[in-house]
Amino acid sequence: MPDEKSNICLSASGLTKVFGSGRTKTVAVDHVDISLCEGEVVSIVGESGSGKTTLAKMLLGLLSPTEGEVYFQGKPRDISSHKKRKEYWKNIQAIFQDPFSSYNIFHKIDSVLLDCINMRGGRHLPYEEKVEMMTEACSFVNLKFDELTNKYPFELSGGQMQRLMIARIFLLDPKILVADEPTSMIDACSRATILDMLMQLRDDIGMTVIFITHDIGLAYYVSDNVYIMEQGVFVESGSADDVILHPKEPYTQRLISDVPKIYEEWDLSTV
Amino acid sequence: MSKVMLEVNELTTKYITRFQENIYAVDHVSLKVEEGKSLGIAGESGCGKSTLALSLMGYYFPPLHYTSGEIIIDGQKISGMDPDKVRKSVLGQEIAYIPQAAMNALNPTQKVIHFIEDVIREHEPATKREIYERAKELFETVGLPESTLQKYPVELSGGMKQRTVIAIAVLLSPKVLIADEPTSALDVTSQKKVIKMIKQLMEYGLIDSLIFITHELPLLYNVTDDIMVMYAGQIVEKAATEEAVFDPLHPYAKGLMGSIIVPEEGVREHELTAIPGVPPNLKDPPSGCRFAARCQYVQPRCKTRSVALREVGGGRAYRCIFSEEVLREAYKDA
Amino acid sequence: MRHTIRQVFQSGKFVVGFAIFIVILLIVIIYPLIIPDPPLAIIGQGTFFEPGIYVNVYDSMVAPKYTLNLDNAATKRIASRLKDEDRLAMKEWLMAIGIAEAEIDIENTEQLLTLWETHYDPQAKISGMTNARRNYYIRLNDSLEGLLSTERAIIAAENAETGDLEEIDSVTQSEYVNINQVANVRFLPLGTDNFGRDVLTELITATRVSLKIGFVAGTIATLIGLTLGLVAGYIGGMVDDVIMFVTNLFTVIPSFVLLILISFSIGQEQRGAVTVAVVIGFTSWVWTARAVRAQVVSLRHRDHVNLSKLSGHSIAYIIFADILPYIASYVVMAMILQISSGILSEAGLSILGLGPRTTEVPTLGLMMNWAMIYQAHVLGKWWAYLPVLITIALITFSMNLMNTGLDQVFNPALRE
Repeated sequence: MPDEKSNICLSASGLTKVFGSGRTKTVAVDHVDISLCEGEVVSIVGESGSGKTTLAKMLLGLLSPTEGEVYFQGKPRDISSHKKRKEYWKNIQAIFQDPFSSYNIFHKIDSVLLDCINMRGGRHLPYEEKVEMMTEACSFVNLKFDELTNKYPFELSGGQMQRLMIARIFLLDPKILVADEPTSMIDACSRATILDMLMQLRDDIGMTVIFITHDIGLAYYVSDNVYIMEQGVFVESGSADDVILHPKEPYTQRLISDVPKIYEEWDLSTV
Repeated sequence: MSKVMLEVNELTTKYITRFQENIYAVDHVSLKVEEGKSLGIAGESGCGKSTLALSLMGYYFPPLHYTSGEIIIDGQKISGMDPDKVRKSVLGQEIAYIPQAAMNALNPTQKVIHFIEDVIREHEPATKREIYERAKELFETVGLPESTLQKYPVELSGGMKQRTVIAIAVLLSPKVLIADEPTSALDVTSQKKVIKMIKQLMEYGLIDSLIFITHELPLLYNVTDDIMVMYAGQIVEKAATEEAVFDPLHPYAKGLMGSIIVPEEGVREHELTAIPGVPPNLKDPPSGCRFAARCQYVQPRCKTRSVALREVGGGRAYRCIFSEEVLREAYKDA
Repeated sequence: MRHTIRQVFQSGKFVVGFAIFIVILLIVIIYPLIIPDPPLAIIGQGTFFEPGIYVNVYDSMVAPKYTLNLDNAATKRIASRLKDEDRLAMKEWLMAIGIAEAEIDIENTEQLLTLWETHYDPQAKISGMTNARRNYYIRLNDSLEGLLSTERAIIAAENAETGDLEEIDSVTQSEYVNINQVANVRFLPLGTDNFGRDVLTELITATRVSLKIGFVAGTIATLIGLTLGLVAGYIGGMVDDVIMFVTNLFTVIPSFVLLILISFSIGQEQRGAVTVAVVIGFTSWVWTARAVRAQVVSLRHRDHVNLSKLSGHSIAYIIFADILPYIASYVVMAMILQISSGILSEAGLSILGLGPRTTEVPTLGLMMNWAMIYQAHVLGKWWAYLPVLITIALITFSMNLMNTGLDQVFNPALRE
């Protein structure tokens, strides 16, 4: 349902994606409704194959839904032409799972960041000003721009690459950020940094963040609201404290019990 | 004191790059694993934990080269042995290794039973029937369906594939199993199944001791008896699991423990400590403490003289110039 | 980029292939600069002259003569002139007049001749010998005496006015000519072909033309295949279906048959080297298209492409900046194979007589065609076809080697 409340920035109703047809038909996402308020961090949690990435791609406009409608700022989203898509993508951006495949390995880091400035209409700014913007973005993610110039993304570590992705988001300044498992390919130690930066985007800039993960612990750490997804449908949703500390659905309970614990007993007999 | 299954003394191995540079990825590492015990190795990527796993097998191929130190498995010295002999009589029987991407390394054109035949026939002659019976028994023990044997790798899910790989690795009942990030590509439910299986292997005596490598500390906390933290090719902390997680001494270990995220009450409120900076380049490691550049308690002398591993009783050791008390005091204030 | 090139040149296979190819290329470029003879000039009035050094007989007569006393020169000359059948005939005659077989060694020229000198008598009657056979022995004896004589041979010229022969020079058997002083010496390392053309000059021009045909055909095939593969793979949907339908159509029709039909319908007169190259190019793009499409399909859903879309880039930009560089190494490899298969296709077509028209330039295939028509292989004239075969093999071998070398560099799984 498109909500009439003014602070809802993105919503979807009856969103469905079917891959293949006949015997190979798979319903990846099955009539999903979701609505996001401005400035909140929402997590979508599910196992691999639960359809969370497909849902994210539909919200991003990278996949066209089989059925259902996406509403942006209360109006049905129109991405029928290249120009309209470009306009939409000024408002919604993404960070993907694998930092190593997210970069064009032939482009230097400068050009990745310059691209973002150009997209925000900064094409005609003097070069010094662009450098200033890039330096600011890099310092936001604790990177030093002058150490990165003339380097290629693959010369960085996974955590640094993912931080550079956040710097890119900082420059693009979209209203909504879809973070699709941004920490699953990187070290536990760099993970904390990335999560803190995502929350900083929300706190400092007021960005709405959709955080997609299979690790319910991470979802609990970053999010205000949580959607639990199982085989293309949301089985449980609500505030993070409600859903994760007092799960009602057996699926949610299982997901939580499968995560290794430190303060509580981790019961291995349940699998 | 029970029998020591694996003993490593001052093991050093290096990579020789194409440009003839030496990279000491494992630098004077000593460790001991007793029968029935498990050791966890933690650290961020590039700290040398995977190289250590490779080096422990005593079987080296370029660019990895053995430099010095000894490896003793159940009283038998492996280091310095003829590589062919190591491959024939040590690998698989004494020590088994599951590399990081093992589950994707299975030849997609062969059935699971074929890999098992390969492994067994490499070491002893056996008929197909015997091998099948043996594989069936093992698979039943570790809770894998018998039908898995007749399947191709692509027909198995990620978790099943990983468990199958582990089952193949322990076919010859090795004394020590080294598992390098066996669960990092799996989702939480499959991860739990793999962990359960590894614990069962220990219980049923299919393996005598375990070395488990991961950067996921909550996992180590639930699997292993001891934890060893590696940084830049060196051991920086060695302790019993409980102590390592709740009372780490080395500032790097402290940082690692601070990055633990679990879905339990109180996690949201406590501030995550992220370690700034990146590990040093091992082509040219810093002369003093290798962690000095990222350490918030750094002193001028840290940067000039190298720091030895300090033994503090109870099998505990750490590599820092400060005493236990000073460190604990410092962490309390933070 | 520089790093990649350095890596490529560290691959042994690539370097060997590249070296062979460059040597061929250099020969093809430099040889015509040194020897600017037209490749199809007919220099010999006859077919299939053996490889060797040819001295103009007339010029050698007027050259200064040097008398060299070489001991074994006469023996060698006789040994080379005295044919086996003559030796056997001599033995037969000697045995007929009662000399023991053991005494006669037909390999030993000197001994045989001595026996002959002492025993031969033209008047001797041997029972059972026909008149014709007797005459043969008389002729044989005469020619042997001519061989052994130390008299001067007279060279005469016809007087244009009187028609009489006039002595202009005389030569003895011990006279020699310095080859450097003979005005016209022609070195034909590979002899001449059926039309009496220098095979080496022809071969080098043919290699150049064939390389050109291969390059043009390979470029055309790669360009068509690349374009269709990129469009089909990236855009997908209906466009993909249509392009794949056409591609599949071309796959099931054997391209060589198509090539033959097209070449045949163009007609001999219109078929220049470039026309043939274009025809080959237009019939061999299919596999490149399929392979490129497969690569693009797997790249299309990569995150960096998604990210590029999100950055508002146009389809053209994404194809050129985010897809093409990733498959460039693959396309280069495919192109090398296309060039070598283009050269082979031309050879195949020309052998069948459907190559470029024969009056302008030779190609490797045409040379094979001529050698075949004039039965060089039956006559044992190896120099007319073997060098061509070796050249074709070397070119394709060097290119395949380069391709394997590149494959090893770009596909780490294949590295040793």
